[in-house]
Order: sequence, then C-alpha cells, then structure tokens
Amino acid sequence: MSWADGISLLCILAALFFFLAGTVGLLRMPDVFTRLHALTKADNLGLGLIVLATAVQLQSWTELVKLALIWMLVMVSGATVAHLIARMALSESSDEKA
Amino acid sequence: MIHLVDVTLVVTLLACAWLSLTGRDLLRSVVLFIAFGLLVSLGWARLRAPDVALAEAAVGSGLTGALLLSAFSAMERARLTTDEVGLTRARWLALGLTLGLGVSLGVVLLSLPSDHPRLSLHIQERISQSGVLNSVTAVLLNFRSYDTLLEMVVLLASLVGIWAVAPFARVWPKAPSTPILAALARLLLPLMTVVAGYLLWLGADAPGGAFQAGAVLGGMGVLWVAASLWHPPWALRMVRPLLVLGLLAFLAVAGVTMGIGKSMLEYPASQAKTLILWIETAATVSIGVTLTLLFLGGYPAPPEQS
Repeated sequence: MSWADGISLLCILAALFFFLAGTVGLLRMPDVFTRLHALTKADNLGLGLIVLATAVQLQSWTELVKLALIWMLVMVSGATVAHLIARMALSESSDEKA
Repeated sequence: MIHLVDVTLVVTLLACAWLSLTGRDLLRSVVLFIAFGLLVSLGWARLRAPDVALAEAAVGSGLTGALLLSAFSAMERARLTTDEVGLTRARWLALGLTLGLGVSLGVVLLSLPSDHPRLSLHIQERISQSGVLNSVTAVLLNFRSYDTLLEMVVLLASLVGIWAVAPFARVWPKAPSTPILAALARLLLPLMTVVAGYLLWLGADAPGGAFQAGAVLGGMGVLWVAASLWHPPWALRMVRPLLVLGLLAFLAVAGVTMGIGKSMLEYPASQAKTLILWIETAATVSIGVTLTLLFLGGYPAPPEQS
C-alpha cells in the first residue's frame, strides 16, 4: 500500500464517520432546523473528505479541477436547499401560531 | 461474482419502489420516486451504461421529480385531494403487467447467447464512417437518426399537448421568490451553459451529447423558473422558434440528403461530423427550452393588464 492509498483510506474512514453522524442527526434530532443543521454540515465535510481521498489518486490536474468543481457545486446547492427548507418550515410554524 | 454493493442497491431500489407505490402520503411517494430514479441511475452506472445513467439521473429523476413536485404543489394550491393513494386496483393491475413484462424480458435476455455481440460488432465495423467515435452517439445521430428525429417530435408534441389543456402560465414575476435561490440561479447560469456545451462536445467520443446537454440546460431553466427570475422582454417571442430549432435542423439535413440523391439522413462520410454537431447543437437548445416549458406548465404569457 502506497502513501496515497493510506491517505485515501484515512480520508474515506473520516468521511464515513461524518456521513454516519449526519444521518444519525437526521434520524434523532427533534425538529427540522436541528436536523438540517446536522445533515448539511456533516455532509459537506464528508463529501469534501471523499473528494480529498479521490484527489490523491488522480493522474491529471483537469480531473482535480472537475472534482473540486463538483464539491463546490454540491456545497452551494446544499446550502441553498437548506435555506429553502428552513424558510418553508419557519413560515409554516408561524402560520400555526397565528 | 456478486458484490455487496449491487445487492444493497437492488434491495434499496425495490424498497423505494414499493414504498413509493403503496404510500398514503403523496408528497412522500414523490420524494421516494426521486430517490428511486437516482438509485436506478446508479444501477445503470454499475452496468457500465453511463449514457443511460446520465439520462436517467437528469430526466428520469431530476426533471420528472421537478414536474411531480410542481404538480403536487399545484394540487395543494387548488386544495385538491385524492383518495387514489396506496395500492388501488388499477395500480395492482399495472404492477402485475410490469412485473410480467420485466420477468419475460429477463428470461429472454438470459436465454440469449452471451458470447455473441453481433450488434456491437456491426457498429464497431462502421463507426469510422459515422463521423464520431462514441458508439451511442453514432447510433443515435447517424445509424438510427430517424428514431432520434421522431423523438424530437414526441418531445414537442408532449409540450403542445400540455399547452392545449393547461391555462396560461403568467411569467412576469413581481419579485424573485427568495434572494438566495435567485443568487444561486444567477451564479449557475454561466457555469451550466459551459457544462452543457462541454457535454455536447464530449458526446462525439465519450458519454454525453444532445440529450444530456439539453437536460442540463433544462435543469437550469427549471431553477430559473423556480426562482421566479425570468427573462428579457424578447424571450417570450423567442420561445416558439427555439422549440422547433432542433426539429428544423434535422428536417433540413434530411431534405438536403434526399436532394443530393442519397437516402434520408444518409450523411456524406466527410461531412458527417459537422452535420451531427449542427443537429446536436440545435437539438440541445430545443430540448433545454422544451424541458423548461414542460416545468412551467401552461403557455408562457405576460400577466394580464389590470
């Protein structure tokens, strides 16, 4: 096993830990907002670690650019979707109070 | 050899399909259907069919999911409810027929000799004449381009069908629905346009091409519509020309090839790549616009003057 393989393995294990933590949070947290918090934060980090694990195995820089782009796109869209869901949940809960 | 990944995939697929069919909550069924589409696309990727995987992820899961969600929210707004949930008699029938079809197809497929790849041999023999190096693009845009021409007609006809029955969609927004979604749409527009162009160009020698590129444009359009950002004033006048652009390019090439004494859509080998690229570029634009308008629902019209 080369150095690159070792780094990949460590990153993937760390990523799996964060994905697991995010999923447990999604299942166990009490309301929409805390669930979103657990899921989006842990997933962004988990995906980043997976990208890192793959990046050390790559042969060319163009592939690295593509991977980095994918990670950034998922983060931007994840943050936006989290915002939309939270906004919807907020407006629904204020409807109920009114 | 059976991998644990594949077993997990198949079991999750079946569970998603079953829960989506039998669920009593429509929204939950829709979300499960989207997850089902993503898993199907993973399955295609595992079967080494990346072209189908791309199409399934973009159209089967993404855009169909967006259509179902917008239909659901339209029902909510109209306060429509349905008791057609869970396994109704019609769904049992559909399930039985689909299962029968699936099992018979499986039996046929497994009874075929697996060491006899005749069709792909034929394609490999002639691919040098097709103008492209990717066998899927060679089949779709050259050997069987007539089928693809008809697919463009089907896509157009489905949109015309929606326009015929749905009320106008008023597309002059008061304000962006939320600044964050609007910012995302603005940020992604140039990037997704480049990605679509890249996929279109890539289709010549790798998985990609007009349908995938068009689906990316369509997804961009859906985001644009969902963020209630719309368009310069001339956009409404451009809708119909852009919709038929792909079909017109196809028909023009068909007419010219017949005019110079070849059979319909039989490209001269030296021009094949150029012709395929032109047709695909036009088709990408048309597919993107069509998918966006399918999501919009009715015929786009400015709001009534009040």
